[in-house]
Amino acid sequence: MTPGAKVTVIGLDEELEKSFREFTPEDYEALRPHEIARKKSVPEEVGDAVAQAGADLRAQVSFLGEVAAKLPGTIASRKRLRWPEVGRIFESAGANAVPIVSLISILVGLIIAFESVQPLEQFGAQIYVANMIGLVMVRELGPLLAAILLAGRSGSAFAAEIGTMKVNEELNALETLGLDPIRFLVIQRITAGVLLTPLLTCYGTFMGVLGGVVVMLGLGFPLNLIFHQLAGAVHLKDLALAMAKGVVFGAIVSGVGCLRGLQTKEGPSAVGVSTTRAVVTSILLIVIADAVFSVIFFMLTR
Amino acid sequence: MTNPADTIIAVRNLKIGYGERIILQNINFQVQRGEVFMILGGSGSGKSTLLKNMIGLYTPDEGEIWIEDGNMAAAGEEERLLLFRKFGVMYQGGALFGSMTVLENVQLPLDEFTELPDPVKELVALSKLKQVGLGTAAQKMPSELSGGMQKRAAIARAMALDPRILFLDEPSAGLDPVTSAGLDLLIKELAEQCGITFVIVTHELASIYGIADRIIMLDCQTRTIIAEGKPAVLREQANDPWVRRFFNREPDPIESPPPRSLS
Repeated sequence: MTPGAKVTVIGLDEELEKSFREFTPEDYEALRPHEIARKKSVPEEVGDAVAQAGADLRAQVSFLGEVAAKLPGTIASRKRLRWPEVGRIFESAGANAVPIVSLISILVGLIIAFESVQPLEQFGAQIYVANMIGLVMVRELGPLLAAILLAGRSGSAFAAEIGTMKVNEELNALETLGLDPIRFLVIQRITAGVLLTPLLTCYGTFMGVLGGVVVMLGLGFPLNLIFHQLAGAVHLKDLALAMAKGVVFGAIVSGVGCLRGLQTKEGPSAVGVSTTRAVVTSILLIVIADAVFSVIFFMLTR
Repeated sequence: MTNPADTIIAVRNLKIGYGERIILQNINFQVQRGEVFMILGGSGSGKSTLLKNMIGLYTPDEGEIWIEDGNMAAAGEEERLLLFRKFGVMYQGGALFGSMTVLENVQLPLDEFTELPDPVKELVALSKLKQVGLGTAAQKMPSELSGGMQKRAAIARAMALDPRILFLDEPSAGLDPVTSAGLDLLIKELAEQCGITFVIVTHELASIYGIADRIIMLDCQTRTIIAEGKPAVLREQANDPWVRRFFNREPDPIESPPPRSLS
């Protein structure tokens, strides 16, 4: 096309001529795509990403500090910590998770027992399946499975609940009523999470071991022999480790869920983004904490 | 700095920006005790931002926001909490807490800030609900209420601690004309009977003519106040053509292209 060229149009239909007259030379500009924003260079994007990760870490640390500072004062006062609300969360995040935790723990117990029977059979050591199931479930998989299920079911729910409150301006309402969202929403969820995760861990571990025992019984081992092997393999310190993991994982899942909920931005997809971020961060932190636990436990029991 | 006795809110030289972008500048106005004061403006003119600064959710870049004898713009954490007790806020969607009944919502501020025994708190909360015409809905959950009732309940919650000022964010948004008029009537009643000062963000013309004592209007271009006064007067006498169009509900004139000959 030549800009500024003169064109003559003749013999147009009356209707067509009317709409043709509506167009001006400026309309040609209107159809041109807008100038695309300058694309960032790779170092620039890397820098941005690092800065963002740093800011996120900073937010997590300052959130941790804020919660820790407000925790004693809130828990000490019956009026401030709304126990009925803690109970409600306990039920929805804990009691209602029992079926899924049962199913998954039993199946994982079954699977591990089945997979390990054949290799151990080569050495005639099938009876040690019981030892392995006991140790693996109590020390690792029981706490991990419970925490990951909790992150998927309840961490995401916390983020969605608080995120929706933010979108509905309920968090603003809390603030102008002079109420602190950390005190009012976060601490009761963390309290519930810390109380229920060890219980859920305990229960899940039991179900996982049960799954393994079912396989052993199927292979023809008598129950009292299996029990004897389990009692020899799993000690009180292993159970204590599982409970400690439960407490820490519970705090991580509920804390991260609440933090991501509070960080919810505006817009229709904001709550969805928060829930995703809650689950991803929770699982990441759970696995990191689990690794730290393994190292500490190794050092302590060497 | 102290205010004259009849001024309850005074905003001086307010400037609000977001990075390089200026949202509001050179904002100066006063609200008198007991009046129904409205903040108007086109979409995107910064009405809600101004409200959020006045109620202390945001801090302005420059300027002062005096609420009685406290400057919200320069308040520390402690002083801010004291200032929060002087006013109540009704948010656009009501912002009732979904996990509590309507009565519990209204009772919440009483639980947190008074030492009254439980039955007394319940009675106070119920009396607030009756005042806004929701006595029968006390035990319902917020999700069971219609939009208009949710806003009434939110007003009751905002009034729980008997503040002298109520801020309302778009009370008529999303309501039918009848419900909206009912809400206007309630505002008028509360202003006259209880002497509450109202600061209302809205663009509902019927409410403006019906209940506003005085208004200010924000402009999208200059990012400041372009009109201040009584709505009936501004409708006839405003200098700015946009303000006149607003009050008479006329569209912006469409710039039609000059007729062009086909050559």
